[in-house]
Amino acid sequence: MTATTRDATDNGTPAGEPMIRLEKLHKLFPGQKQPAVRELTLDIPEGEIVIFVGPSGCGKTTTLEMVNRLVEPTSGRIYLEGDDVTHAHPDQLRRRMGYVIQQIGLFPHQTIAQNIATVPRLLGWDKRRINERVDELLTLVGLEPREYRNRYPKQMSGGQRQRVGVARAMGADPPVLLMDEPFGAVDPITRDRLQNEFLRLQRKIRKTIVFVTHDIDEALKMGDRICILREGSEIAQYDRPEHILSDPAGPFVEGFLGSGIVLKRLNLARVRDVPLSDDWPTLCADAGREQVHRAIADSDKGHALLLDSERRPRRWVGLRDLADGPLEEAGHAVAAVLHDDVTLQDALQEMLTETLGVAVVVDRDGAYLGTLDLETINGAISAMREEARQRDRRDVAAGAPAGMVQA
Amino acid sequence: MSGPVDLVAPPGESAGRVAALEWKGVEGRTRWQWFARYAAMPLFVGTAFLLLYVWIQSQNLDSLELRVISGRAVRRAAAQHLRISLWSTLLVLSLAIPTGIALTRPWARRVTPLVLALANIGQGVPAIGTFVVVYLVFLRNGTTASIVGLTIYTFLPVLRGTMVGLEQVDRDLIKAARGMGMSKGTVLRRIELPMSVPILLTGVRTALVLNVSTTVLAGFIAGGGFGQILTSGFGLRRQSAIVTGSVLAGGFALLADWVGRIAEDVLRPRGL
Repeated sequence: MTATTRDATDNGTPAGEPMIRLEKLHKLFPGQKQPAVRELTLDIPEGEIVIFVGPSGCGKTTTLEMVNRLVEPTSGRIYLEGDDVTHAHPDQLRRRMGYVIQQIGLFPHQTIAQNIATVPRLLGWDKRRINERVDELLTLVGLEPREYRNRYPKQMSGGQRQRVGVARAMGADPPVLLMDEPFGAVDPITRDRLQNEFLRLQRKIRKTIVFVTHDIDEALKMGDRICILREGSEIAQYDRPEHILSDPAGPFVEGFLGSGIVLKRLNLARVRDVPLSDDWPTLCADAGREQVHRAIADSDKGHALLLDSERRPRRWVGLRDLADGPLEEAGHAVAAVLHDDVTLQDALQEMLTETLGVAVVVDRDGAYLGTLDLETINGAISAMREEARQRDRRDVAAGAPAGMVQA
Repeated sequence: MSGPVDLVAPPGESAGRVAALEWKGVEGRTRWQWFARYAAMPLFVGTAFLLLYVWIQSQNLDSLELRVISGRAVRRAAAQHLRISLWSTLLVLSLAIPTGIALTRPWARRVTPLVLALANIGQGVPAIGTFVVVYLVFLRNGTTASIVGLTIYTFLPVLRGTMVGLEQVDRDLIKAARGMGMSKGTVLRRIELPMSVPILLTGVRTALVLNVSTTVLAGFIAGGGFGQILTSGFGLRRQSAIVTGSVLAGGFALLADWVGRIAEDVLRPRGL
């Protein structure tokens, strides 16, 4: 079966070589009639986050555990960086892959430093190198080494422990990270923050990550590619998240995506991807009452946005607010302020908290860039739909099987 | 003491110790609780021994009593008592802990019930019966027979402690360890054993207390120890000897429990 890999190397560019290739991977647990994983073939490209998502019992965790051979496949082959590792020494193999599980699995009787040093110690690194690596990793995941190195897991919060789990998985800088519901055990707010942090980290480290979750929203948010699995680890669809949303392959995927596909699509687009409008009158805070009055009267908006000396949005002022009181206290404070890298879904949510139904977008220094309103988001949604329709048409024209979505 | 140090460490000389104990699950204990846990028992036993000494001194002892509970005789009995109980404890630990480890390995699943049944017999039969059987059948030496009898008697609690300790280790932890490339042996050494230390130590403490208190029975098969003083007291109908034997035996058992408790607190891995 090595022929397949050789072909891939010969034909494709080196970049086309998958980091992990699963070939007809099959797992039948003893005493069971149905295989947990049936002849799964899958390429996992280097440097991407590939998410296995599916209903519970679909075999996604078993599949993940076959990659590092915690579960031995009944038949089939596993390739890592082109090497056939189906029969490699499992302990050696696992030291080449980071591993994070749901409860994170930090060793409670070891300090944070000892936990992170697990794999380097197994590889026989010397003490100095290990210590340097531990500090480097703690810094990387945003924990101050001097403060946390000698703590025990129970002295940390769930979110901190999760970060240590990631740091530990990266102990010996493996090219691959396997993560089994790594954010499953933390509260929703922390989870959201950790997901964002992890994505930011991944932009820096560019690991190949196989990530298991049952939460489609997490999959859509985290995945470069999503592999939706049904019973027996059968691939229902393996594609980029935006394609899965705009072009779900069949009723199973549609059902799994659930309701609110439009909202989920909004999660994939960011504020900087849509045109901002600039039709609300804006004024500097040192503007006089008269000026503000004129600006509002000249526009059809009824309100003006006051900025401070550094062009940071301060207050929305309407005509009626101008009657009395100092200008700095007229109207109401701007409630919805967004950076341009938040998702449209978050933007929409913020927008709903603002009585005027409009969000103010600012740059990294907090200076005014423009505004975002419901119409812009609506436009973005129809653009996405249009794109999906065109893709369908292209696929049909190319003779490829079209998605099951009817126009 | 002045300067910035005061701001960091709580005042008082025990700051370091308080901090050390905190990580061992003795969090938030007041001075009084600390006293109750660590100092009350030796004080109580010491007082009992002192009262016993004063009471004996106030008695008019006859020549038989003088021989049975003389300072030399008591010291010898104490040494014998300790020797029997400590050797049997050592023996039972070195046998039952490895057996417990072996029985929790997947390859031993089949023999586990059998070994547990055997160990159950060891504890189910009255200790004195075990002693006598060992004495009559195998050894004609009271001290050795006592050590072997005690080992059989306390095998089960230590075995159980080891097995329960190993089995309660979170499977996810073992999976994480295996998933990072630890071999089975390394997982046992670095994860399973340290994690099961608290429960294992409870088993050890039970064995120690059982051994020290049951060593009294060695007196019945001429093994020595405080049991010897006690049996002599009964045989000679001397109340002073009976009281001395029982107070000393009881006091030693309580002290063994105290030592075991301290060992549990000190040896428990930090962070658990």
